[in-house]
Amino acid sequence: MEISSFVLFWAAIFTSNILLTNFLGMCSYLSVSKEIESSFGLGVAVAFVLTITSGLNWIVYHLILVPLGLVYLQFIVFIIVIAAFVQLLELLVERYTPALYYTLGIFLPLITVNCAIFGVSLFMVIRDYSFVQSMAFGAGSGIGWLLAILMLAGIRAKLKERLVPIGLQGAGISLIITGIMALAFIGFSGIVNVQ
Amino acid sequence: MLMQILKDVAVVSGISTLLAVVLIIAQKYLSDYGICKINLNKKRDVSVEGGSSLLNSLAEEQIFLPSACGGRGSCGTCKCKVNSGGGPLLPTEKPFLSKTELADNVRLACQVKVKSDMEINVPESIFNIRRFQAKVHEIIDYTYDIKGITLKLVSPDTIDFQAGQFVQIESQAYAKIKQKVVRAYSISSKPQDNDRIQLIIRLVPEGICTTWIHKYLEEGSDVTFTGPYGDFYIRDTEADIIFVAGGSGKAPMKSMLEDLQVKGTTRKMTYFFGARTAKDLYLTDEMRSFEQVFSDFKYEPVLSKPAPEDKWKGKTGFVMPYFQDAIRDPKNTEAYLCGSPGMINAVKKSLIAMGVPDDKIYYDSFG
Repeated sequence: MEISSFVLFWAAIFTSNILLTNFLGMCSYLSVSKEIESSFGLGVAVAFVLTITSGLNWIVYHLILVPLGLVYLQFIVFIIVIAAFVQLLELLVERYTPALYYTLGIFLPLITVNCAIFGVSLFMVIRDYSFVQSMAFGAGSGIGWLLAILMLAGIRAKLKERLVPIGLQGAGISLIITGIMALAFIGFSGIVNVQ
Repeated sequence: MLMQILKDVAVVSGISTLLAVVLIIAQKYLSDYGICKINLNKKRDVSVEGGSSLLNSLAEEQIFLPSACGGRGSCGTCKCKVNSGGGPLLPTEKPFLSKTELADNVRLACQVKVKSDMEINVPESIFNIRRFQAKVHEIIDYTYDIKGITLKLVSPDTIDFQAGQFVQIESQAYAKIKQKVVRAYSISSKPQDNDRIQLIIRLVPEGICTTWIHKYLEEGSDVTFTGPYGDFYIRDTEADIIFVAGGSGKAPMKSMLEDLQVKGTTRKMTYFFGARTAKDLYLTDEMRSFEQVFSDFKYEPVLSKPAPEDKWKGKTGFVMPYFQDAIRDPKNTEAYLCGSPGMINAVKKSLIAMGVPDDKIYYDSFG
């Protein structure tokens, strides 16, 4: 696919935001968006893991699975790579940057099961991205996810002082807000389309 | 076809093994914190392998902090003061710590990891806590859902405790339940019988540990427990005493009364026992017999919802309205409460309203 990595990066943040157009990574998005501080921590961790794992999975896919004709194993292999990388990252962060570990560390296990991470690896295969494109798309998607969860956390912080009908409190109102945010993001879609 | 299957399996296992090896190597180098020294109360040093939680590291050195949830950070009982080397406070600890505790460097030992030399403060009494192997000696059915279990100690073969303290039983896997849990139960026998302990345990529907105890333990079964824990014991004063217990909360009171019988006392004591119906009452004759033993003791069972067939002529309703007659001088009265948190809160509130000093109300609450 001929699309510059730079464009892809911006497109992944705005026009095809992984959360607001594909609705991937919803579970942690809904559950950790109560406070801006912790949602920022999780968002940064997701962005970092997304960037690295899309690169790693590109290597595994193109250098191992494709040559061996085992493309249909991609689901299971991608998940293994993501899980192992998150585990390794947790060890590294815990050892070398204890301060970061105490703010990000508790979110890392959550990321293993974040479908946005897995989704990006699958998109990269379906859309036939190159290595650099994959990394750009991963980084963009991660930042896009961070942006989305920060926005929701900000709105939910404001919402705390407002009355919400009992039936809509919690996940209900969050999903409505997310829907409106997604509508707003459609406004970007005329700029460039990568879907 | 077969080759294809083998190839798939080989590739997936190969990738998994490779990643596992990387992780194992990383773990070996990254999680190796070497030997860390933990200084206890500025008196004693223990050296432990770094990397695991403070709670587990201390347990390996035979120092047992109380922990009802087994280190999952859900009960908040393994508190201890970490003066240095504990790292920053974790979000998982915050909900369990009060403002004064936060200022005092109190932490949850199950959440703090040992990564460097540490300096901590623990209550002196926990050095007395041991891990015991015991065998079930006797099982008595007190009511339809309450059993008295006597454990004969095997090793160590004696226990030194104060009447009112509790132990923590470690349940074993049974039937479909694979997980082992740790649960706290008060000792109901007197400290003078130091080669055995008795526990009074009510069957909690679906409860992992109580089901194991009620349905799977028989005479001769092996049981492991740690203890004794807690600061629920009779204070050595001359004040009047009011005991309030509900359900299996009778256990520590039984131990206390038997202990007082041996030691002898002339203190004025009243014991209120709350139950629903007559079939929830047990050990009534034994408790009544203490009225002959002590110069001024009264046992008052109170039924909240006596069944018509009980033909109950005694006290009914809540226990609180009956306190008035039992309290001569509220300022000179100590209260010992054991039961559900709801009961304890209600009783505590009513005692304070009657003028019993807050710091003379001692209680052991169980969920």
